[in-house]
Amino acid sequence: MTRTMKRNGWKPILRMRTLSWALLMLVVFCVVVPSAHAARPAEFVENDAWDQLMRFLSLRDQGVRLVLGGSLLLGLGCGVLGSFMVVRKLALAGDVLAHGVLPGVVLGFLWNLTKDPLHLFIGAVVSGMLSMAVVTILKRTTKLKQDAILGIVLSGFFAIGTCLLTMVFGLEAGDKAGLDHFMFGQAAALDHLDIRAMSWVTGVSLLIVALLYPKFLLLSFDEGFASSLGLPVRMLHQLMMLLLTFSVVVALQAVGVVLVSAMLVTPAASAYLLTKRFHIMLAWAAGFGMLSGSVGALLSFLGSGLPTGPLMVLTASVIFTIVFCFSPQQGIVIKHFRHVNRRRRVVLENLLKAVYHAAERQEFGENGMTLLDLAKVKRQTLETIQHDVDGLVRRGLATLSHDGDVLYLTTAGMSRAAQLVRNHRLWELYLTNAADYAADHVHEDAERIEHILGEATVRDLERRLDFPSVDPHGSPIPALSAKS
Amino acid sequence: MIKKTETVETGSLPLELHDLTVAYHSKPVIYGIDVEVPAGKLVGIVGPNGAGKSTLLKAVMGVLKPTAGWVKIFGEDAKNNLRRIGYVPQRESVDWDFPVTVMDVVLMGRYGKLKWFGWPSKADRELARECLEKVAMLPYADRQIANLSGGQQQRVFLARALAQEADLYLMDEPFAGVDAATERAIITLLHEMRDAGKTILVVHHDLPTAENYFDMLLLLNMRLIGFGPTKEMFTQENLQKTYGGRLTILSEIAEAMGREG
Repeated sequence: MTRTMKRNGWKPILRMRTLSWALLMLVVFCVVVPSAHAARPAEFVENDAWDQLMRFLSLRDQGVRLVLGGSLLLGLGCGVLGSFMVVRKLALAGDVLAHGVLPGVVLGFLWNLTKDPLHLFIGAVVSGMLSMAVVTILKRTTKLKQDAILGIVLSGFFAIGTCLLTMVFGLEAGDKAGLDHFMFGQAAALDHLDIRAMSWVTGVSLLIVALLYPKFLLLSFDEGFASSLGLPVRMLHQLMMLLLTFSVVVALQAVGVVLVSAMLVTPAASAYLLTKRFHIMLAWAAGFGMLSGSVGALLSFLGSGLPTGPLMVLTASVIFTIVFCFSPQQGIVIKHFRHVNRRRRVVLENLLKAVYHAAERQEFGENGMTLLDLAKVKRQTLETIQHDVDGLVRRGLATLSHDGDVLYLTTAGMSRAAQLVRNHRLWELYLTNAADYAADHVHEDAERIEHILGEATVRDLERRLDFPSVDPHGSPIPALSAKS
Repeated sequence: MIKKTETVETGSLPLELHDLTVAYHSKPVIYGIDVEVPAGKLVGIVGPNGAGKSTLLKAVMGVLKPTAGWVKIFGEDAKNNLRRIGYVPQRESVDWDFPVTVMDVVLMGRYGKLKWFGWPSKADRELARECLEKVAMLPYADRQIANLSGGQQQRVFLARALAQEADLYLMDEPFAGVDAATERAIITLLHEMRDAGKTILVVHHDLPTAENYFDMLLLLNMRLIGFGPTKEMFTQENLQKTYGGRLTILSEIAEAMGREG
């Protein structure tokens, strides 16, 4: 069983690995390859959606490549760092950070009234870390709980940022173009310098995560144990928060302050539903992040002028919904189908049993049973019985007579029926003998158990009960390969 | 598998506490504890809720900074000798839905020996497998920890501590919420470790079993009530002192200090 599980488990991982590599190559291509054709996507005037799509997918223009490269980079960074936040139950801290960077961004602009990525970056990181420091101080010195503290700091910093931003728009001087995109994000506003900064920051962050992965994993899983090993827990936590700030800042221009935390949480949450290992979760989250980023950028490009942030987050949410419904272990749709299947199987198996019991009463003299008798025994309408019998016939467990009135079990059907009856009676016997149930209490329980007892358990039961032949009610217990 | 501990080295004690006092938010939790734990003993730490048992363990490891006094481990300052300590935290202290396998958790016992940028090696994996085998959990190595029973979770934590290859073990309620079979398996393992020269301190809740399980008892209720061989410690008078209500003046002063601080 483990072997088949492994096989099934590996395939998607391998496929995912290939996909991740392909996406990474795409990042490199977008970021590195220069082009003479340097129109900015915002300047494209074609209205034909198909032309636009081709233009985007062919990656002819450097502008398109910049947008796509930026989106992939931010998805990658946010997916990886966001995963740590989700498993550490710090998802909302990411939100605080995202709003906390806004004052810094505006102050960075005010430094010399240009959109120099370095100044914006330094401003954002300082103000983001400051917001985190305020959270820590409040937590240590008051008895306020986490949610209230996060709420206070988030809105406080955001308010400061919004005021500053409005003031900046009132200024006469300076190139303010693009500063408004920090609210809702516009990937088309990214230029070459931005992308270079984004690549550096994301690259360095990922390198640090890779080098310190065991430390970060332990910190996330069991902080107490980590500090018992003498690891500098507080420093590692600060470092992780710094890297988180980096990825927030990288995503800021394209996604916007308001929604950037969704890019941290949503891809990681989808990945969390899919896997049992943390490093695989990281890969999935990175993949989902990059996918959301690029699809969001594409949609914005086609829809001319819609902000990229909401579209990226929308894509991430769609991915989450799909995972939520269809994930192999926990997807609700999959679970529902499994449940329906099981119920159907139980109905059909109970029908098999009814036929077996009838045959048993006639000491297996006659082989068939009319549908009318079956309906009487099961107390159901002929239509229902007809429907269930069709199920049996389709599964090769029974055949019908020419006129369709009489049901005969096939060999397979007969042996399955015998199995069920045996399971039922063995279980009843076990409950009365070993678990001291009264003989009239055991039937209901056995009705459920008979459908799920496995071969190994049955053999074990037989051995424990010393290969019995009669159940507590005096009915014979069929052997494994009972034949009429 | 369990490496012998050399106990003869310069006669230094595995654990020596001198006037150890720890406070949370300037409210003292344990007061002036003086203990010298000899090598190769299985020591039970017993006391009522809030007596400071977990705090004592955390202070030994330096996770909590003492407000007064000092801790020596094998004759050296505790923070220089953390490698010789193995730790089993309380089971509830982690999120068992975390996406890691049993093997991943046991490997974490090796992280204290890794270099700054190091990853666990093949030898570490092999050792982790042996430790899992020791607690009869090897067949579950690839399972996600969420699918384990309480007893199995506790065994995983023990395997992780074994993987630390330490000489002094600190265990916080390893018997809490485990089935009888696991409890027997754990106590057998602890005796085996002790016989290999390890020194083990176990926070324990259940008084009746404490009498049979441990070589020595450390009775704690904010201050040290007594420390010595189980037979000598397990007296009506001592237990009365440990469990018979808090020492009122002591806890009142602690409250007052908390308010002041």
